[in-house]
Amino acid sequence: MFSSRARRIAVRVIIHIVAWTIALLWLTPVMGVIMASFRPMSEIIAGWWNLHKVTITLENFKEAWIAMRRGLLNSFIVALPSTIIPLICGALAAYAFSRFSFLLRDLLFLLIVSLMAIPPQTIGIPLFILMNKLRLVDNLLGLALFHSANGLSWVILFLRNYLETLPRDLEDAARVDGASDIYIFFHIVLPLLKPALYSIMVLQFTWVWNDFFFALILIYSPHKLLATQRLVWFKGEYHVPWGTLCAGSILLMAIPIILYAVFQKYFIKGIVGGTIRG
Amino acid sequence: MPRIGLNKQVFLFLFPALILILIFVIYPILHTFYLSLVDLEGHFVGFKNYVKTVMRSEVLDIKRLKHFPKKSPPYGALIHNILWIVIHLPLTTFLGLFLAALLRGNIKGASIIKTIIFIGMIIPMVVSGIIIHFTFEKDTGVVNLFLSMLGVKPRSWLAYPETALYVLILSSVWLWTGFSMIVYSAGLEAIPKELYEAAEIDGASTFQKFRYITLPLLKPVTITVVTMTILWELKIFDYVYAATLGGPGGATNVLALQIYFDYFVTVPARPDLACSLAMILTFITLGIALWSLRSLRR
Repeated sequence: MFSSRARRIAVRVIIHIVAWTIALLWLTPVMGVIMASFRPMSEIIAGWWNLHKVTITLENFKEAWIAMRRGLLNSFIVALPSTIIPLICGALAAYAFSRFSFLLRDLLFLLIVSLMAIPPQTIGIPLFILMNKLRLVDNLLGLALFHSANGLSWVILFLRNYLETLPRDLEDAARVDGASDIYIFFHIVLPLLKPALYSIMVLQFTWVWNDFFFALILIYSPHKLLATQRLVWFKGEYHVPWGTLCAGSILLMAIPIILYAVFQKYFIKGIVGGTIRG
Repeated sequence: MPRIGLNKQVFLFLFPALILILIFVIYPILHTFYLSLVDLEGHFVGFKNYVKTVMRSEVLDIKRLKHFPKKSPPYGALIHNILWIVIHLPLTTFLGLFLAALLRGNIKGASIIKTIIFIGMIIPMVVSGIIIHFTFEKDTGVVNLFLSMLGVKPRSWLAYPETALYVLILSSVWLWTGFSMIVYSAGLEAIPKELYEAAEIDGASTFQKFRYITLPLLKPVTITVVTMTILWELKIFDYVYAATLGGPGGATNVLALQIYFDYFVTVPARPDLACSLAMILTFITLGIALWSLRSLRR
């Protein structure tokens, strides 16, 4: 018979093996893309795991960079305002939903939150017609305006839930001293919201950066295409240039991965807080 | 103590957000609803388009479906989305819960493992589609290396209608498990330790603790995970677009892709078919979301 100590150690070892096997399995596809991005096509065709002959080259990255640099810049031009605008507008609205009571407040809030469930395609078709009328089709600013509006429902939900957990003593004290709502919002509430605002910044930026569908239907001039469009475009119909495609994938996903690495805590709080009601 | 704000002030705080949402989100939705009720000449036809859009082989291929699973996909986009839910939902939910529970014990490098599992949630879905295509391709795909050890001949798994859809569905577990894992982790952490301690004093086994404390307390978390996962499965687009574009021969077509094709690719555009299909999808997702909100409130 095993002693209980031996059994405990055995269980611990098994748990470690299971966990790390799953992790390695999960990492394998990404490993492949990284390996392929640094090697010539002939070696990719032979399998990136094949290590008999390894030639390290930056050719793939050079090619991907030339094809995608404009797209990456465009993605930045869209993602920056698409992050800042809903941040400000959403914080103001969330404050109203949390601190004021007004006619139909809860119904309006439910309406805004339920917009999160709407499929993008339901918005996409008439959005194209609308943007055409507003002369905002094939316009990066127009796309940013849409992303701002589209991100608002999540931002409002997340910030309102966060506000509900904050104590109101400071605000009440300031109000007794005669401070206006606008003053209280900017000088007392906004600083308290800082962690939540970080979550919104990293997540909203990542989501807009990662978006493909709305770029696909609204932007079509070659020099205005976003990075996601560029990447899919050079996949080609029959001959897939895997080396360039893998290098391009890395260029595209580097930004969200760096954001995640730096702001991991806020990233996860945002994902969890946006779904579980506070 | 909620304050009764002056109407002017409330308006000031709400105006910027509401005007943006009204113009760019709510107005388009209502427009889609309108377009779903009229024919191509603009005459009101009631819900005729809804029947027409579902009763075509791209959306619901009853002839092939009758021979499920002997005949391979395509069964139509609607069935493909349903298959996505049937296969993907239990897999990611259980795997996420399993990983969350597993990584709570003191495992060396638990946070690194979590980060690795979470990668699929961070990277663009078009990149995920490309990565999966690469991983299952005949010459470049590492999957073929593993399968050749089992004696399976290498092939491009996404090029055949028999395998393409199932490969995409199973691979999307790789993408989405990070979500359920993270949400379950937060849910597990929120359970007070005293409950387990009290149960231990009463002599409860590990299984009993899981069955009678963990599971019931995780119910709201599970509702959230299941809801968000179903919505994700119903809305899937970028991933399929980048991996297969719905091919081969429509075998991996999904509703979101079909709506896009109907309006933006088919010449001449079919707003009647596209919008009615979009509204059907909307009613389903909205219904699921409201059901989950109601059950969470309870």
